[in-house]
Amino acid sequence: MALTDVRFRWPGRASFMLSVADFRLAQGETVLMLGESGSGKSTLLSLICGTVQPDAGTILVAGADLSDLSGAGRDRFRAERIGVIFQQFNLLPFGTVSDNILLPLRFAPQRRKRAGAAQAAARTLCADLGLPYGILAAKAATLSVGQQQRVAVARALIGQPPLVIADEPTSSLDAGSQAAFLDLMFAQVAASRASLLMVSHDPRLGARFDRVVRIEDIATIDRRAA
Amino acid sequence: MILRLAVASLGARVLTVAMTVLAIALSVALFLGVEKVRTGAKASFADTISGTDLIVGARSGSVQLLLYSVFRIGNATNNVTWESYQDIAARPEVDWIVPISLGDSHRQFRVMGTSTAFFERYKYRQGRALAVSDGAIMADLFDAVIGADVAATLGYAVDDPIIVAHGLASFTEHKDQPFRISGILEKTGTPVDRTVIVSMEAIEAIHVDWRGGAQIPGQSTPVETIRQMDLTPQAVTAALVGIDSPLQTFALQRAINEYPEEPLLAVLPGVALQELWAIVGVAETALLGVSAMVVVTALIGMMATIFSSLNERRREMAIFRAMGARPATILGLLVLEAMLMAAIGALLGLVLLYLGLVVAQPMVDAAFGLWLPIDAPSMREVWVLLGVVAAGAVVSLVPAFRAYKLSLADGMMVRT
Repeated sequence: MALTDVRFRWPGRASFMLSVADFRLAQGETVLMLGESGSGKSTLLSLICGTVQPDAGTILVAGADLSDLSGAGRDRFRAERIGVIFQQFNLLPFGTVSDNILLPLRFAPQRRKRAGAAQAAARTLCADLGLPYGILAAKAATLSVGQQQRVAVARALIGQPPLVIADEPTSSLDAGSQAAFLDLMFAQVAASRASLLMVSHDPRLGARFDRVVRIEDIATIDRRAA
Repeated sequence: MILRLAVASLGARVLTVAMTVLAIALSVALFLGVEKVRTGAKASFADTISGTDLIVGARSGSVQLLLYSVFRIGNATNNVTWESYQDIAARPEVDWIVPISLGDSHRQFRVMGTSTAFFERYKYRQGRALAVSDGAIMADLFDAVIGADVAATLGYAVDDPIIVAHGLASFTEHKDQPFRISGILEKTGTPVDRTVIVSMEAIEAIHVDWRGGAQIPGQSTPVETIRQMDLTPQAVTAALVGIDSPLQTFALQRAINEYPEEPLLAVLPGVALQELWAIVGVAETALLGVSAMVVVTALIGMMATIFSSLNERRREMAIFRAMGARPATILGLLVLEAMLMAAIGALLGLVLLYLGLVVAQPMVDAAFGLWLPIDAPSMREVWVLLGVVAAGAVVSLVPAFRAYKLSLADGMMVRT
């Protein structure tokens, strides 16, 4: 993944501009991005995921220039190539665990092919993430927060997308659960040979990653721009 | 999977969804119910008279003639003389003719003088003939046959005596010429159920002491004397006519309408009914319009429910977007949910309608003589149900488009 000379302004918010001169992520690399609230992390993730378009510059993900793609093309690309884990409220509460894990495959035919027997793949991922047998049929709303986060990891990894983005996935877990969760997530990301970009404000997590970057080192936010 | 998620999403908001579905169901049941009553009333009216080619009466309006002669609603402006009646009966086109004499009553029910041919010739509901459930038709001058509702309402049985009142809503009774109930007719769902039927001669018999609408003071002819008198009718109120060949109907109608001896009117029952529908059509359309507006109101309620849930569902939409769903998918999901609610509401409405029909059918029949058939849904009703689902989809486009725009703005990061 490579961001070069990217500039972005939210529509209708002329006083905020994010600029990224150069930021790269190698295949299979794990990077922790540290930044405080309001430092532009979410905006950067939206740009990488293609839900918003930069005003200038290029964003290359898995060999594709996102600015060459239409809105629908970027949505499809995201479904095919990127697994996303939120910090909380990751799952559709009314869906089953199976529904939630298989959801991205609904929008990504190639990823669906890569996943093979989708139910079996989901079952294997759940087992590898230490989730109880039979959890696939459970309603997401009935799971503990820790279980929900692990289901979110399974969903991000099914069909082996080359890039996994995690937005503070441990913030809603206690310290003991955090370590166990990260162990499981790292093992699975490594097994699928995906790159991992995780955003957090906790520098203590840095030791687990190949590289730690601070958002202010790679991005500039101009709040006075008009 | 999307359909299953849409169903599950609705299930997660079961209370509000149930209320919305119930509102749609009640509105659909009301709309279809009005339609059922409308078509039932039309069918009941149309079924009241069958097999009669012409109705003849004194010249007035065709709808008025139909109403007083068949439905016992309103009164004749004039009578037809017995000579004119005989002239018409003697015409070669006429296969049969049945006289009707109206004007008297018993309690709240009309008394109708006619001939025994009435029981053979009067047909209803596609050719069904009258049948006597108890007793027999008139054999004696002072025999009366009563309709099923008369018997049920007044608790009459065969051989009970009844006294006919002069005119309608009158306190003057023909006390000196009491009748005996000789028979009770089976229920027909027509005005016959609410009629006391006597012979034409009996109508003459009870009026021998009357002149110009008033009883001759001090005169009371004994019944046995009356029996010896010539009781040939002086006039009839109307006549039902059957014609040999349908080709002759219009020729006979024209001949009667141009009858030189007195002003007469002959109407085709079907044409007169059409005129009647044209008159009541505005009210009918208004009623349908009001019930359609109730359906629209329920659908707008559904739209408001979806609108109010949008903010709390932004996280859900963000998850869909993060997984690669296009904003159009979000829009489609909301429309699908609305269509599901509308479809469930429409089907539940249909169920409520049939439950209502099962309960109300005998009550409506007893109260209004209106038979509401419980048939399988017609194609028209199926189209109404599909229309409700389609309308649900259309109104849901408003909140769905709002969700579309929200999901474009939010992307996968909800700023709540």
